[in-house]
Amino acid sequence: MRCMKNIIGRDYIVVMMIRFKKLARAASALTTPLTPEDFLSLFNPVYSSRQLRGVVTRVVHETEDSATIYFRPGSGWHAHQAGQWARIGVELDGVRQWRSYSLSNAADSEPAITVKDAGSVSHVLVRDTKPGDILFLAPPQGDFVLPEHPRSLLMLTAGSGITPVMSMIRTLIPRRPDADVVLINSNSTPERSVFREELDELADQFPNLTVRHWFTSVRGRLDFTAKAIADLCPDWRDRAAYACGPESFLDDAEDLWNREAALETARAVPIGGEGAATRPSGGSTLTIERFSTDLTAGAGHDGGLVTFEQSDREVQADGATPLLDVGEDAGVLMPSGCRMGICHSCLIPLRAGAVRDLRTGEVHNEPGQLIQTCVSAAAGPVNLDL
Amino acid sequence: MTTTLTRPGALAASGHPLVRPDAAKHLTDAQVEELGRELDAVRDEVLAKRGATDAAYIRRVIKVQRSLEFAGRGALMFSKYKPAWFAGTAMLSVAKILENMEIGHNVLHGQWDWMRDPDIHSTTWEWDFVTPARSWQHTHNDLHHRWTNVIGKDKDIGYNLLRMDPDQPWKPFNLGNPLYNALLAPVFEWGIAVYDLEILEYKEGLKSKEAMHRDLKAMGKKVLTQFSKDYAATPAVAMLTGSGKQALYGTLAANAIRNFWAHAVIFCGHFPDGTDTFTEEEVDGETRGDWYVRQMIGSANISGSRLMHLMTGNLSHQIEHHCFPDLPSNRYAEVAVKVREITSRYKLPYTTGPLPKQVGSTWAKIFKLALPNRAPKAATA
Ligand SMILES: Cc1cc2nc3c(=O)[nH]c(=O)nc-3n(C[C@H](O)[C@H](O)[C@H](O)COP(=O)(O)OP(=O)(O)OC[C@H]3O[C@@H](n4cnc5c(N)ncnc54)[C@H](O)[C@@H]3O)c2cc1C
Ligand code: FES
Repeated sequence: MRCMKNIIGRDYIVVMMIRFKKLARAASALTTPLTPEDFLSLFNPVYSSRQLRGVVTRVVHETEDSATIYFRPGSGWHAHQAGQWARIGVELDGVRQWRSYSLSNAADSEPAITVKDAGSVSHVLVRDTKPGDILFLAPPQGDFVLPEHPRSLLMLTAGSGITPVMSMIRTLIPRRPDADVVLINSNSTPERSVFREELDELADQFPNLTVRHWFTSVRGRLDFTAKAIADLCPDWRDRAAYACGPESFLDDAEDLWNREAALETARAVPIGGEGAATRPSGGSTLTIERFSTDLTAGAGHDGGLVTFEQSDREVQADGATPLLDVGEDAGVLMPSGCRMGICHSCLIPLRAGAVRDLRTGEVHNEPGQLIQTCVSAAAGPVNLDL
Repeated sequence: MTTTLTRPGALAASGHPLVRPDAAKHLTDAQVEELGRELDAVRDEVLAKRGATDAAYIRRVIKVQRSLEFAGRGALMFSKYKPAWFAGTAMLSVAKILENMEIGHNVLHGQWDWMRDPDIHSTTWEWDFVTPARSWQHTHNDLHHRWTNVIGKDKDIGYNLLRMDPDQPWKPFNLGNPLYNALLAPVFEWGIAVYDLEILEYKEGLKSKEAMHRDLKAMGKKVLTQFSKDYAATPAVAMLTGSGKQALYGTLAANAIRNFWAHAVIFCGHFPDGTDTFTEEEVDGETRGDWYVRQMIGSANISGSRLMHLMTGNLSHQIEHHCFPDLPSNRYAEVAVKVREITSRYKLPYTTGPLPKQVGSTWAKIFKLALPNRAPKAATA
């Protein structure tokens, strides 16, 4: 029944949106070259014909250096799936800056991000944001999402890596009694552990959630060995695993799962066709979400003159700065997304010249090739079709 | 880490042009080089300061402009009542002037690109002016700003219509100089639109058929939307209150007022007494310093209040605008103090004066150049 209502509600909204669009198109005959939204924005800043915006409705300080920001997005936003992230733009001294943030709230509730003060943009978000402020937005994306079919799950998180997983837990636990989730959540201290109280309450209330806090100030870093993980979650091999946290945490997790997979294949050979005996194999997959990427592999080379052909700009760039930053600093409107090489929103065709992939050091110089500007730097003169 | 320059690339820091203009003859290469460095420093100083207050400034101007346009068009809906007609026409005129001058012209120069706001960006902006933004950017930013006042290169000298410099050869056609200018003023935006088509370049084979086709199409589309908004759609809505005809007249008046104003201000930029024009020899081999010199002695300012600067789109700081075309316009006033000090130290002319004086001086030139140059007086006395 609830489903039905939802569908009808959605249809109604779609119809209204189409009507609004038609009306807007008709009204634009009166406002050209501006759009009706340009005038509507005089009364409500959420309106813009060119960019999605949201109004901050609430800011909740979670720990000493993190905060959750709830916002009401304008039209053009779509509901997120638990675990997805969105691009958030803020203005720092008059200049638009974009970063990615996982949506921490349950899938069908008001969108919210939870940010840890770690640098220029996150600092402003955590310290200076207040209700009524405008955030620039791009719709949610990403494939760090729950499995299609019900499975028992193991979540491994550290620090602000809890955010996408929190969305998954909030979406799944209260509504799905058949869910079975174990969370291993690493933080330096209880005070610095975001969502700690809510997680404990959920675990108390719902037997389908088990929370294991790990405080590094007490127990040191979490050791990614089969034994250490089994101590926290004995049946970890049977669970689909999700991990999100700092680079080294994820690298360690990946190493463990790779080692296990290698062992499995080795073990599987002598046992031959007796599939049942290799019970854990294929059971435990690891899905990870990275918040940052190591861009040092391609550094240490000379840059070159970068030309943004259509924008008519030339910039002298070094060999370590991503072309995305180079273009933005020159005032070019650069498409972007995650800013770390995972989403491919930043692709621009290379007209001529050479670029270096900062993750691998590999050089690309094929004219017409699409360049990921967020992880590529100039390797000599570059001409981009933008 | 990185430096930005708008193409077509940097000029040499040192050296000299084939011929240095008269007004700068007294300067040595080293002095011109130093002057270039000083002006670069003025620019860098603004770049370092540019930030949230500047962003707030342009947003405020845009908000005021849109509110005025909204209110003006709203008042014209009831323009069968005289006071509503006057109020509506006045507000719409001011809105159109702000839109073209302080907002459109400057946004299209990329003065606000550094904000990375796609709503206020040189590559996305379209203005309330019949010429399409992209065509204008080509003839204005690429050609006029690069070749400022170079006879034969800068077609802005008289816009292919007027004789604005004694070095342009006289033809009997030029007898109509003042008449053409008077006719041009109220329809200035159409003059610019036709000029941006670069019909002469096309005839001379310098502009391809495809480019011409593309520009004509873009202009046709723009003309259609502009025309139907101002003279069909908005008056049609006003017909609901029986004010259709009056709204049409009001909009026509607002466009004409804007055109008169834009024409007056723009003609004060390079034509008043005291501004120089240049030969191609004076540009050949030009250094960065020489480029600044040419911009400064080829441009003229308008003195006046802050309101005057706002309404001229800060083209009242034409000299500063020509030295630094992509600095945000709200910074020109403070830049002007420094530029003026530099010109006085280097003994270069700095032409400025109140609007009536500059307009008068421009008109005097237009009348004078309608006639052939007078033969130079014999040296004997
Ligand atoms: C898919 C995805 C999801 C994400 N989800 C979240 C999330 O839910 N919550 C969250 O908080 N973040 C999240 N991030 C990270 C986020 O996008 C930003 O990278 C983060 O907030 C830092 O941005 P910043 O502008 O504050 O830091 P920047 O100023 O860009 O600094 C980047 C890094 O450099 C370091 N740094 C900055 N200044 C200095 C200095 N002077 N000396 C030494 N080091 C310095 C900072 O510690 C920081 O780690 C996510 C990232 C991705 C890609
Ligand atoms: S911005 Fe996501 S891959 Fe470049």
